Parts: sequence; C-alpha cells; structure tokens
Amino acid sequence: MEEKDKILDIKDLDVSFRTSAGTVHALRGVNIDLYRGETVAIVGESGSGKSVSMKAAMGLLASNAVVNGGQILFRYKNEAGEIEEADILKKDKKWIRRNINGRHMAMVFQDPMTSLDPTMQIGKQITEGIIAHLGVSKKEAEERAKALLEEVGITDAEKRMRNYPHQLSGGMRQRVVIAIALSCDPDLLICDEPTTALDVTIQTMILNLILKVQKERGISVIYITHDLGVVAKVADYVNVMYAGKIVEVGNVNEVFYEPAHPYTWGLLSAMPDLETEDSRLYTIPGSPPNLLHEPKGDAFAARNEYALAIDEKEHPPMFKITETHSAATWLLDPRAPKVEMPEELKRRIERMRKEAE
Amino acid sequence: MAADYSAEPILKVENLSQYFKVSRDFTVKAVDGVSFEIYPGEVYGLVGESGSGKSTIGRAVIRLYTPTAGKVSFKGREISGKLTNEARDELRTRMMMIFQDPMASLNPRKTVGDIIGEGLDIHKMYATKEERKEKIDNILKKVGLSPEHYNRYPHQFSGGQRQRVGIARALIMNPDLIIADECISALDVSIQAQVVNLLKDIQEETGSAYLFIAHDLSMVKYISDRIGVLHLGHLLETGTTDEIFANPVHPYTRSLISAIPLPNPEVEKKRVSETYDYYTSGIDYNVGSNHLIEGTHYVFGTDEEIARWTGKAGA
Amino acid sequence: MTDQDFVLLKDRNIETDTNYASMPYWRGVFKRFFAKKRSVVGLVIVAAILVLALLGPVLSGYTYREITSVVDEETGKEVVARGISPRIPWLHKLLGKEDYTDRFADKTFLFGTDDLGRDLWTRTWYGARVSLLIAFVTIIIDVIIGMTFGLTSGYFGGAVDGTMQRFVEVANSVPRLVIVSVLAIFMPKGIGLVIVALLLTEWIGMSKIARAEMLKIKELEYIFASRTLGAGNFGIIFNDVLPNTVGPIITQVMFSIPTAIFTEAFLSFVGVGIMLPQCSVGSLIEDGFNNITTLPYQIVPPIIVLALLMLGFNFIGDGLREALAPKLEDM
Repeated sequence: MEEKDKILDIKDLDVSFRTSAGTVHALRGVNIDLYRGETVAIVGESGSGKSVSMKAAMGLLASNAVVNGGQILFRYKNEAGEIEEADILKKDKKWIRRNINGRHMAMVFQDPMTSLDPTMQIGKQITEGIIAHLGVSKKEAEERAKALLEEVGITDAEKRMRNYPHQLSGGMRQRVVIAIALSCDPDLLICDEPTTALDVTIQTMILNLILKVQKERGISVIYITHDLGVVAKVADYVNVMYAGKIVEVGNVNEVFYEPAHPYTWGLLSAMPDLETEDSRLYTIPGSPPNLLHEPKGDAFAARNEYALAIDEKEHPPMFKITETHSAATWLLDPRAPKVEMPEELKRRIERMRKEAE
Repeated sequence: MAADYSAEPILKVENLSQYFKVSRDFTVKAVDGVSFEIYPGEVYGLVGESGSGKSTIGRAVIRLYTPTAGKVSFKGREISGKLTNEARDELRTRMMMIFQDPMASLNPRKTVGDIIGEGLDIHKMYATKEERKEKIDNILKKVGLSPEHYNRYPHQFSGGQRQRVGIARALIMNPDLIIADECISALDVSIQAQVVNLLKDIQEETGSAYLFIAHDLSMVKYISDRIGVLHLGHLLETGTTDEIFANPVHPYTRSLISAIPLPNPEVEKKRVSETYDYYTSGIDYNVGSNHLIEGTHYVFGTDEEIARWTGKAGA
Repeated sequence: MTDQDFVLLKDRNIETDTNYASMPYWRGVFKRFFAKKRSVVGLVIVAAILVLALLGPVLSGYTYREITSVVDEETGKEVVARGISPRIPWLHKLLGKEDYTDRFADKTFLFGTDDLGRDLWTRTWYGARVSLLIAFVTIIIDVIIGMTFGLTSGYFGGAVDGTMQRFVEVANSVPRLVIVSVLAIFMPKGIGLVIVALLLTEWIGMSKIARAEMLKIKELEYIFASRTLGAGNFGIIFNDVLPNTVGPIITQVMFSIPTAIFTEAFLSFVGVGIMLPQCSVGSLIEDGFNNITTLPYQIVPPIIVLALLMLGFNFIGDGLREALAPKLEDM
C-alpha cells in the first residue's frame, strides 16, 4: 500500500550547469520522497541546490543544465482518476507544460509580483489556466475562479476578479497566486520561499492558508525555504540540503529535537529563539563551497568543527538512525569518536521540549 | 561594554519627520514625529515591517536625507539642519552605516582594500601608505577575512564575505555609532549568526553604540538593549527588550511578537497568532501621546486606548 | 579506511573565511565575448580593416594622390594608367597562360585605377584610414562631452536635470541635415565640417546613456556608503559612478563608430565632406558612382569596406553588450 501513495520520488538526481566560468555541479545525487497528503520541507542556504532540485521536478531546468543521471518519478491522478506515473526527466518540455505544470504540479514563488501578469485582470489570470487545462466554458471557469478566491480568503471575490495585481497588497497577491496554483486541482504544490517577501504578520496568515487548503484537498506540498520557523510550522518531513546533497532527513520532530548532522546543529542554533541569552550564537564558520570547484570528500568538512580525517577523503554515506531519520556524517559511524551537539543547542532543545509539553 | 545610561545620549532624535513629495498634491509621510535616544555603548533595535519608515529614519539620521522636521543631535551637536564644517566632520567620521544588500553596497570596480580604505582616504587618516595597508589588514583579520583579500574585487566573494567587507569599511573609522540598516536580512541563516556575533564582538571591544534596524524580531531581541516598534512611520512602543517582550502593550507589537516563527515544531503547529489591521482597528496614529508604562517603557496612544490595552479600563 | 581516519581534525583555522567564488570580472567579460562567434567575426573584420588601412597604402608602392603614368618611347608622350581594371600580372599569367600586352603589363593594381590613373587599392585603404580617424576623433570628443553632460545632469537631478534635458531635447530635434546646411554656409567644406557636424549630433546619445546609468547607480547603496563617509560630489561622480559606466559607454561607442563613418560617407557623397585629392570611403563611393557606367568595378571596394566596417563594429557592440552585462546564468 505504501508504494501506491508515493507521489514524488526523486532518485540520485545529478545535475550540473555549464556556465562561462566552468561547470557547476549543482546537484550531486539527491534523493527525495513525498507521499500523498504530506508536506516535505527542503531546507538549505542559497546555492545548496534546493531550488534547482524542484525546478528539475517541474521540468523547468535552465537550458544550460545537464542532467548527469537520476530519475524523477511523479505519480498523479489522471482525468479518469487512475494513478499514472511519469519520469519527468524523460519527457520533453512541451509535454510537461501541457500535462503536468499547472495541472498536476503547481508552484508558488517567493515574489507574487513576478508570477502575476501586471497587465491582466486577476480573474482572467485564474480562468486562463482552468480553460486551457480543463477545457471548460468561460462561464464555468469564472464560477470556479470566484469560488477559488473565496477559498483563499479574499472577500468581495466578484469585485476583485476585475482588479489588476498592483491594486492589491502583497499578502492579497500571494493569495491570488495560491488560487491560481489551486485552480486545476493539482496533486502537488511546490512553494518556493512563499513568505520571504512578506511581513511577519502576513506570513503566518499565508502559511495557515496553505495548511488549510492542503488539509481540505488532500494535496502534497513541498516547501523550499531557509526559514526554520516556517519549517517547524508546516512540515511533516524535513530534508536538509548542503552543497547539492541531502545531508539529513527525518520527520520534523526528529530533525528539530534530535538533529544528528553538525550542519543541522549550526542551522538550528544560528536562529536565536526568544529565550537565547548566550553571549554568542553557535554558528557555522566560513561560507558555503563554490560548486565550480567540487570539494573532495565531505563538502561540509571545511566548515565543520567536528570534521574527522576521513571527511577529507570520502563523502559519508547516509547513516540510518531510525526508520525515518538518517544523516550523512561520519560521526554516526561506529568507529567515530562520540561527539555531542554543542552545549548551547542542547540547552535550547531542552527548552523547546519543555515548552512543547 | 555595557550601555552607559548615566551619560548623555550619543544620539538624540526629537520629533523627526521625513516626507517625500511624490507629485504636486501627494506627499508620502515616511516618518512622522519620531523621538528616541541612544546612549553610549547601547544597542537600540528599530523594528517594523516594510514601509514602516525604519530605513528612512536611519538614512535621515546619517543625513543621506535632509529631515523635513525635527531635531537630531549627535554627541550633543545638532546635525539635522544646515551642517557646520565641524558637525559634518564629526558626522562623517564618527557615525557609520552598514547596508542591507551585500551585492549593491560595495562598488564592483573597487578592490576590497580601496573600499575599506575609502574613509581613511577621504579624511587623510594615515601618514604613510604602509600605515594605511596595515590598518586595512588588521580590520580584515578582525572581521574574519584574510589580508590576502586586499586586492580582490567584491564579486569574487560570497554574500556573507561581502557583508564583512561592508562592516570593515564602517569599523575602520572606529565610530561611536553604527547604523546597521537591515544588515543581515539578505544573508543566509548561518551567515546571519556569524554577522551578529561579529557585531557583538566589535561592540564589546570598541564600545560603539548601534542603531540596529531590522524586521526580524528574534534577532533584534537577541542583540538589542532597547527596542522601538515602528508602524507606518510612527513609533508606537519603546522600552528595554525585556519590558517589550515581557509586557507588549500596543496591539501591533503584540501581533508582531506573536507572529515570530519559532523553530519548535510542537509549539509552532499549535500556535495561534494575534492579528492586527490598522485600518479596521479604529486606532488613529495621529492622535495620542506617549504614556509611561514602567521604567523606560513608553506606549503611544490616547488615554482611553492605553487604559484598554493595559487592562486598567473600568478596573 | 582505517581507524585513524576516524579522529577529529584539530588545529585547523576555520574561523578565517578563505573561500572565494568567481573569476575576475574582466576575465569573465573576455570569456563571454569570445564565446560568441558573431563577436569574434566582428573583431576579425575590424582588425583586418584596421591593419589594411594602416599598411595597405604603404605596401602598394603608390600614394593616394599619385597618378601612374609611363612615357611612350615612340611618341614621347605621357600615357596615364586611366581606368585600368583590377590586375595581378602573375596571377593572370598563371590562369590565362599569357601576359598583359598593354603598357602597364608589369604593374599590379589590385582594385584597378580610377579615371585619373590613381591606384584604387591605395585610395581605398587611405580612405578607410581617413574615415576611421574621423570616427575615432569625433567619438572620443563626444564621449567626453556627452558623459560630462549626462553624468552632471543625472547626478544633480531636479531643476539642473530639467534644464539640461530641455536643452538636449531642443538639440535633438534639429535634423542633422539642417545642422550641416547651416554649417556649410559658415565653414569651408572638408574634414573640419564633417567633424563639427558629427560633434554636434553624436554627443546626445552618449549623454543619454551616461544620464541613465547615473540615475541607476546613484541610488545604489555603495553610493550612499561613500556619502556617509563624507565623499564629495566630485569624488562620487568620478571615483564611484564613472568606472561603473565604462561597460555601457564602450558598447555605445561601438555602435556610434559605424554611425559616424556612415554620416561621414553620406556627407562626402553629397559633396560637403572630404575634398579632392583627399579621399574617404564616402568620397570614393561618390567617385565610383559618377563613373559607374564607364568603370563599374570602381565602386565595389569602398562599398564593401563600408559595409564590413558597419557590420564589424555592430557585431562587436552586440557581443560587448552581452559580455559586459551578462544575464544571470540561472541554475
């Protein structure tokens, strides 16, 4: 039964980009699973490959990208309600655009202004996709658009349909983008930093909205974000990415309360919670590697204060910690010395657990 | 060095207003009657959402803009009107700014050495070329870069490294006040923490005061001694970090604090945050006055509003 | 893999951030420029014409105003090499297995001679040299005038900008032909007139680009940074803004050169430009046009040179524009 529910299965995805400066090895063997109705967050710094992997999944890789290997299996419900499977990497762009993008897989981007057409009324922008993908009449599409706007919490839907994007506030625009994404009843919603451009108070509202429609419609959601607060709020599973690889994966409680990878330690403690009193934040020194020059061994070793000698020779495999939780660090090898997470983080997690009770 | 509240404030902002004329009959009031002061060695955090006027305040204080009204004094000298030569020298050498965008804040055609040395060059603050090089090398080391980076160009660095160059440029002048304008918001989380640590280290070492402008409340809380909450150009609430976080009074402050995303899944999943909408709240920022709540904690509002917010109405 | 591999690495200095990213800017520009076939073709064309313009007249053994003639031994009269079509004696012999039989049988005229007996190869490259020289001189002066005007106008903004832009609009609205006609009344025809005519019109485009760049750059944070450090207006314009306008300005120069060459050619063609016996690409085309029925080959070389120059500079301009301001290579 489990196999049947898997909606997205990215296996050993390996992608490089030809740039004028040389070849950038952006993804170096990425594995991501997503089951129907669940939410996965991909966390990482800029340049870690989190956006690239999702662009690959949408079939939107730039023309200078070279896929060196891997599979992206997407299983969606077709018109007849049956499950169909497609390897996105093997399909041509035209087919993907017609059958997948906007139809079964929809995306919400960081800046709503870039995904809305400033010269078109928002009603038209919503109905356009519905008519193209579902082949319904204009009148029916308009009915649906109105219902969608109401669903995403826009009052006065009828009036708003005739507005142009610039007449709406940032939060409203992002609601419209979500309405467009939902317009064809997708199986999978990919949100790329959906709230980064918004103010904190609006951020929570948008996240709650996505959570609500997800629950009602039973769709799967992938969040690409660097904000661990967002992850904690919305995700079931977390993938931590670093330099084109997944370094830690687990359910959200495992990753936040029992992080195993030193990079995750650094990420968690870099963001002060409201009780942090330490005079310094524990953080990761240095800056992320430039994948123009692919590092030998573990890409994180150069910034890792817990690096082992072997890190400079060989990339660690994924060590399984529990059924759902694994991490790619040699510290989990039985031969490695016992290393504990930094004191600051330990105290922090204790505090978090206490609050959670 | 801890803040010295017995001393004269290093920066005093009184009723600062900054308007921008967009067209003949439309003026944007970016900042409207804001007052606060910063003491030597203190970190004052200014929070607010985009469009709240927080960056405008920073720029008006350092005279990138000419304030429309109000008075700004730096080390006891007025710097808001026409600048005397002395006041200008003081302002340009003792008050520095760290900018938001690590890509746009460094001149792409200048070497890192020349960027950092710009202040020294303008104010002729060295006797020999060797002295200049030595000063810059020392600063590079202090901000976690290497003297080898002296001859490199900004685009050869990552965002975090560039921000360090920007900090070095301010730091080399050994300023009394540093205005940090959203200086971490364009950076990745782990790099944000590095920069915040660096700012804290510098402060301990040099005792300079900061005006820390940001929208990220958790960072502001972590680094600031006192906080001012800004909304639509009005300063709504100010006080020590503890006063504000333990007892937020203004509904806007309350909604801001309740909206901070926390990296704690169990708590975050259950949390309901307070909402606030100025236009439907019935609050008018143009009427009211500052009310003392306790200590240094002031809230802006009418008597009736304050009574309601503090739960003293009818009690 | 041994147990020794599983020890913590100690005494590493990971606090100093020594990781740096991309290659130097200019190396990137070169790489991007040469990655495009079109820009390389443009560069080769322009380089070839430059070399020929410098060396062509020297190599031919003739000068641009020299009339080739021989004295006929029988009559004692001077015979001028009028209207001889292109010839290379050794090539003719190789292909036709026979020598030329006229009096100039041993002479090489790669492009032939004109109706006065002057070597067209020499005149073509000499003309190209004159045209390029005029273009370069005027463009350099235009860059100086245009940038000073545009940068000042953009930097100070407000009323200064308003006044200066009104002036530009007025200057821009006078057609070039009117300017030339008026100039022709007050000035002798010739190189001087061509240069003044170009100066009066070409600086406007340059100033517009400089102003647009200034408006963009002056709102960037590094300009604010210089101001908070106390830099003066002069320092900001020349140290901070000017170096950052180099890219667009070079591109604009590449597009202005062909315009200048073409304008010069046009003015010479209509007879107010280069005066005989001087020549430029334009005056050569005029000559060729006048003789088109009798000496049809005469018009071909200058037209090809003119076309190649315009094409070459446009290709280079295009290539530079893309190389200097790369669209983000997205990933």
